[in-house]
Amino acid sequence: MSNIINSLYNIRLLDDLARKKTFIHSIHPLIKLLTTIVYVAVLASFERHEVSALLPFVFYPVFILSFAEIPVVPILKRVLLVEPLIIGIGILNPLFDNYIVVFGDIVVSRGWLTFLSIFIKCSLAVTVSILLVATTGMDRLAIALRMLKIPRIFALQLLLTYRYIWLLIEESLRMVRAYSLRAPGQKGVKINDLGSFLGQMLLRAFDRAQRIYQAMSLRGFTGEYNAGDVPKIKFRDFVYFAAWSLFFIIARIYNIAVLIGALFTGVGR
Amino acid sequence: MSHHKLEARSLYFSYPDGHEAVKNVSFTIYHGESVGLIGANGAGKSTLLMLLMGILFPSRGEVLVGDVRLTKKTLPAIRQRLGFVFQNPDDQLFMTTVYDDVAFGPRNYGLDEDEVKIRAEKALEMVGIPHLRDRAPFKLSGGEKRVAAIASVLSMQPDILIMDEPTSALDPKSRRRVINLLKNFEHTKIIASHDLDMVLETCRRVIVLNEGEIAADGITEEILFNKELLESCGLEIPLSLQNCPVCGTFKSHISHVKKWDLSFSCKCQD
Amino acid sequence: MHMADALISPAVGGTMLAATAGIAAYSAKKVQNDMDESKIPLMGVMGAFVFAAQMINFSIPGTGSSGHLGGGMLLAILLGPYAAFLTMASILLIQALFFGDGGLLAYGCNVFNLGFYTCFVAYPLIYKKLVRKGVNPRSIFVGSMVSSVVGLQLGAFSVVVQTLLSGKTELPFGQFLLLMQPIHLAIGVIEGLATAAIVTFIWRARPEILERVAFGKSLGGVPIKKVLTGLVVAVVIVGGLLSWFASTNPDGLEWSIERVMGTTELETPDGIHKVFSEIQSRTAFLPDYGFKTDQDDVQNQPAVEDEESWPSVNAGTSVSGIVGGAMTLVLAAFMGWIINILKKKRGKAVA
Repeated sequence: MSNIINSLYNIRLLDDLARKKTFIHSIHPLIKLLTTIVYVAVLASFERHEVSALLPFVFYPVFILSFAEIPVVPILKRVLLVEPLIIGIGILNPLFDNYIVVFGDIVVSRGWLTFLSIFIKCSLAVTVSILLVATTGMDRLAIALRMLKIPRIFALQLLLTYRYIWLLIEESLRMVRAYSLRAPGQKGVKINDLGSFLGQMLLRAFDRAQRIYQAMSLRGFTGEYNAGDVPKIKFRDFVYFAAWSLFFIIARIYNIAVLIGALFTGVGR
Repeated sequence: MSHHKLEARSLYFSYPDGHEAVKNVSFTIYHGESVGLIGANGAGKSTLLMLLMGILFPSRGEVLVGDVRLTKKTLPAIRQRLGFVFQNPDDQLFMTTVYDDVAFGPRNYGLDEDEVKIRAEKALEMVGIPHLRDRAPFKLSGGEKRVAAIASVLSMQPDILIMDEPTSALDPKSRRRVINLLKNFEHTKIIASHDLDMVLETCRRVIVLNEGEIAADGITEEILFNKELLESCGLEIPLSLQNCPVCGTFKSHISHVKKWDLSFSCKCQD
Repeated sequence: MHMADALISPAVGGTMLAATAGIAAYSAKKVQNDMDESKIPLMGVMGAFVFAAQMINFSIPGTGSSGHLGGGMLLAILLGPYAAFLTMASILLIQALFFGDGGLLAYGCNVFNLGFYTCFVAYPLIYKKLVRKGVNPRSIFVGSMVSSVVGLQLGAFSVVVQTLLSGKTELPFGQFLLLMQPIHLAIGVIEGLATAAIVTFIWRARPEILERVAFGKSLGGVPIKKVLTGLVVAVVIVGGLLSWFASTNPDGLEWSIERVMGTTELETPDGIHKVFSEIQSRTAFLPDYGFKTDQDDVQNQPAVEDEESWPSVNAGTSVSGIVGGAMTLVLAAFMGWIINILKKKRGKAVA
């Protein structure tokens, strides 16, 4: 039950954050989406043992966290919740790759480097995805998707799903509560009850969809989704995108961490 | 202004399972009238509303809006003139922001975005929620949702407002707000409800449905005081009228009933 | 489990995004052409339903563990393949954005792995065939079970292939496959049970819902066989190399990792400590770091034999890397701190 409450809280939090009005929030949604995609793609392009060169990529999420006034802890919590799976896959690497790597005084199996690399990549990629929605919001992301020529029907359906997630999760929470009060000490819903439990919920969802359709068609809906005008991309947005892309590419080509390290240790190459 | 007239001519409707939900229903509602549609659960209120809106089509009889007969062909034009507010605002507010919901109707009728904006903002203004325009519907309170749902219909600038239980599941303050809103609208109104006190306040005329038929159609005060009629239809006298005028506490707000001689007997007067 | 950004290469991610976009565009066209518009809100609400249903844990008899619905097959049965594919795509997008499940680059993989096999392979070729002769609880059960299992097996295989093509992990193909397929057999059985239970309920309560999809307008006149044959051929060629697995069941995955870890621990070779002490003797000031040496199976694969791609390690660069990395992080944190302070100051000044 707690994971249901957590999900509700999470959606609500991100939706609230997305309605702040900061410099980051005012960047065009398409620009933010593209910047995020470039970021993730560049990140993914690093080969599997790379660790130190990934670190400069921390700047981007930190930049957004600070400028968009996003609270760090709840976002990190969210990221940590995703981590076990990736750790699961990552942890297998040291089992299969035993090549020994020596770092000055430290000896590690190369598998651990891969693991670390995956771990960092995952943390960063998840963080920026969540930050994207936390600074943009689902409705404006749908605008960005529409500008990418994604079928309108998909955009509408996506928004509808997002709209009703909250409602249906709440409903499922109430049902699980009512169920568990009458089934003490039982872990989850019995599989024998599952058909009618989820089935009832499903039938209500069907009826709701029917009523929503009526509400839509009463207001002139005929299968064509007429969204409003899309906001224009301004010069400032271009600069934002160009500047970050440039940074990502530089950070991809040059290992900034090593360069900084060289400054301090005096060791070049 | 005869084009604001709404007329039902001997409507009949049966569901596929054979249940006859509406039987021989006829009435005419004129411009500016506000009509309460009351009846017990299953009396056929919702079915009748759906027939009026063209969500369902009668098996016999016809609906006329103005002088236009409601058919599949005339449906789009007629729906523009009828605004229907659903009982559950969660069914009506399906977009991700209040503004997009209010703008949904005007956009579908092909208005340009400037006109859409004017209409949407006006509608939000009318129900007093311009500050909620960028909020997500799922984060509104019950009362806010309800008025947002009303705004989503007002933006289409309908001639006739049809509402299904506009005050259900609201706290007293939100309910009061909705009632005041309804009283101020100049639209022709049809309000289906179990909240008879609200009907008493907002409607001049009442139609009582019982088992799919019209049991009574007349002036609100006459019908809502008729204990026998109401009880035979599975209803009861509005609470505000049940209270003793001397020792009761809820009477003060029903000003237009004052002219009636409240001839209840009450123990406190003995 | 979803395919994650961290596990794929831009090439694989990009290809899968393109493939998914293509199928989605085609599906959207189909939905728009062939269905009544009342299906659109239905798709939206069904997406939300699956989302909510995924959160309800149910107990699996005899195991003490719990599972949850994935929902792909259920959507296909209730909405038909095209609408189901689009619905799955929007569920996965929201999961990626709000919950960090999967990711933006891996999004294409996830939609393909969870949506394509279920909607365009398992549903039409297995479920519909099995249920065609007559809808009854038995045919629903068999159809749901077989199609869920097959859909998930294909998806799981797809994950393995995508991961290996990306080359971001060291997992050998065989082991990874042996790890993934059995888990997803279990997940598939659970998915089949849950799907059958729900569909049977719907069939008893409101059979018209199922009939509408099976014989109704949604697919009226569409040469689904041809479309599918084409798609299947494409899968064999492209999909053999690309793609992923269906149900999101972390429980299963964690369990199997645990198992694998357990086994390796048992098989820890004695030689490992010898190897390490040799290395230790070579490096002068080796700190006593607690690497999990017992998990490093050095003996089986002599380090020398390993790929040449790994550059010879230069101590200087490494130290710079570690120091620089630390500095980078400190710098980033510092930047965030400064921005916050400046913002607060400005906020006060404005107030």
